[in-house]
Amino acid sequence: MTRAPARDFLVGCFVLAGIAAIGYLSVRVGGLAGGPPGGFKLYASFDEIGGLKRRAPVVVSGVEVGQVTAITLDESYRARVELDLTPGLALPVDTSASIVTEGVLGDRYIQLQLGGDTQFLENGEDLSFTESAVIIERMIGKLIHNVGIDADGKTEPEE
Amino acid sequence: MSGGWVQDLGAAALRFVLDLGGLAVFAGRIGRALVTPPLRFRAFLDELYKLGVLSFVVITVCGLAVGMVLGLQGYNTLARFGATGSLGAVVGLSLIRELGPVLTALLATGRAGSATTAEIGTMVVTEQLDGLRMMSIDPVHFVVMPRATAMLTVMPLLSGLFIVTGLFGGYLVGVAFMGLDGGSYLSSLESSVDFRDDVLGSLVKAVVFGLLVGLVSTYRGFRSAPTSAGVSAATTSTVVVGSVTILLVDYVITALWGV
Amino acid sequence: MLDAHVEFSHLTMAFGSRPIFADLSCRFPRGQVSVVLGGSGSGKTTMLRLIGGLVTPSAGGILVDGDDVARLSERELFRVRRKLGMMFQGGALLDSMTVYDNLALPLREQGGRSEAEIAEEVRDRLAAVGLPDAEGLLPGQLSGGMVKRAALARAIIRRPTILLVDEPFSGLDPISTRRIESVLLEVNRRSGITMLVVSHDVPSTMRMADWLMLLLPGRVAEGEPGALAHGADPEVTEFLAGDAA
Repeated sequence: MTRAPARDFLVGCFVLAGIAAIGYLSVRVGGLAGGPPGGFKLYASFDEIGGLKRRAPVVVSGVEVGQVTAITLDESYRARVELDLTPGLALPVDTSASIVTEGVLGDRYIQLQLGGDTQFLENGEDLSFTESAVIIERMIGKLIHNVGIDADGKTEPEE
Repeated sequence: MSGGWVQDLGAAALRFVLDLGGLAVFAGRIGRALVTPPLRFRAFLDELYKLGVLSFVVITVCGLAVGMVLGLQGYNTLARFGATGSLGAVVGLSLIRELGPVLTALLATGRAGSATTAEIGTMVVTEQLDGLRMMSIDPVHFVVMPRATAMLTVMPLLSGLFIVTGLFGGYLVGVAFMGLDGGSYLSSLESSVDFRDDVLGSLVKAVVFGLLVGLVSTYRGFRSAPTSAGVSAATTSTVVVGSVTILLVDYVITALWGV
Repeated sequence: MLDAHVEFSHLTMAFGSRPIFADLSCRFPRGQVSVVLGGSGSGKTTMLRLIGGLVTPSAGGILVDGDDVARLSERELFRVRRKLGMMFQGGALLDSMTVYDNLALPLREQGGRSEAEIAEEVRDRLAAVGLPDAEGLLPGQLSGGMVKRAALARAIIRRPTILLVDEPFSGLDPISTRRIESVLLEVNRRSGITMLVVSHDVPSTMRMADWLMLLLPGRVAEGEPGALAHGADPEVTEFLAGDAA
């Protein structure tokens, strides 16, 4: 059998380079297994989630602590969002979850605002306080509507 | 004679279906060869060299060029909307989702695929494959199997290299030439690319294309007529049929993956 | 009575609408050198390919030591081919491997031999064909005559009982022709192997053949070379006296 050590070396380099490229794309760029470990599940119900997607990040004080793993409709047609968070987080029972946007037109994510209670949320519990997503089109619609009322000399604008 | 073209169409359709059937049977033979010893690892490594290492320069140079063009075009278009900060995302998503796997596959078909077809076709002409049969050696096992599996392995690796050099090309244009902030290029890239939706789909495409090119290039060589004109026709067919199939299958995968 | 090693039984072969032979029945004797003579296009090479099972006939049977090759599956053919060795016209050596590796290949694929045993067999055959120093060369580095001899060495590496030889003298000068002729005869003498040689060269045929089969347009003439050359058939005697086109 013909041996060709120089060729084999090049093949090895090539394969390593290829795997490194794929690895870089998967982990650094694509964020594979880049998120924090999960296990600690909490639930939050919203009237309006406005484009929040699965695997959207959950953030506390600007730090990513988990992601959205499921979005379903409950019996009263509110959106029930499952949050998968890093285990061991001590979140008071009056912590609130709000859906915020990255920039003005960016992706939605969940921001948790810590409360002040001495009792902490357990695995599988629901958050009591939630703030739904702001749909910018509706806000603009309202604004135009209010400006219209103002111009017609009607009563004071709504909130 | 109006009946003439209809008959030609029918004959062509029939040939196409028979060819497809032949290709499927051939694929089955390669599959059976894979589970039969010996492993032929040495031949596999030689083919990795011929198909992979020898394509490295072509792929990286083209990847860089495509990345730079994307960077330039992307910058100019985004500048109109004041969104040049998203250049990383534009270059990255274009390369990862489409241009990386598709262009790599097309380039590989032209370079490595046609070389494989010519090599096997020449073996048909010089009776080397018959020689193997007379020595009780299955030519599909000996010649085709290592080449087809090497093509399958090489494609995702080349695609990854194409994409990474392309990202660098975009970085070069955006940051070094256009003055974008390097950090924002990378963060825009990293935040918009998702492994499951984008990178994994890209890898799946590359593997499927590798399978296709490996199959088509070896099949055409194997079935080539035992003349030099036959080998030439087979090589051309590999490039044409291979390229068209890649583009069609690309659509199918893109549509299915997006679900 | 002729002890037939290879036998054709009502063999009919046509390529599309072009007939090659029709209802051909003949026998090739065991242990002897049989030559099939004919002009180009007479179907001589096809005959060898039929025996090797590389091609199936339109009708009829081909018996190789009792097995009908025309009816066997590819896997069964692999078994029968152990008894056969084929020396191709162009050599058909794998051009990316050295002469040594080309000869070693069938032994390695068969398995059951150590590298040392394989080396012994390879060198023995190379010596038998007069190429003891060629083992490290690539086929592209060999002269025409050397390619043929290397191909012969490969054909007999597995000690087959039947050797099929396709145009061994094509493209060779008279000296190389003589050399191949003597090597072939030597192989036959040493091992008693049955040889089927296809050729268009009359003089070497007359020297080599124990049994001769002449493919004439529309019919076949068989017999011992001497008998045919001095026989009563004018077409045959003319053919054997002159040059076959």
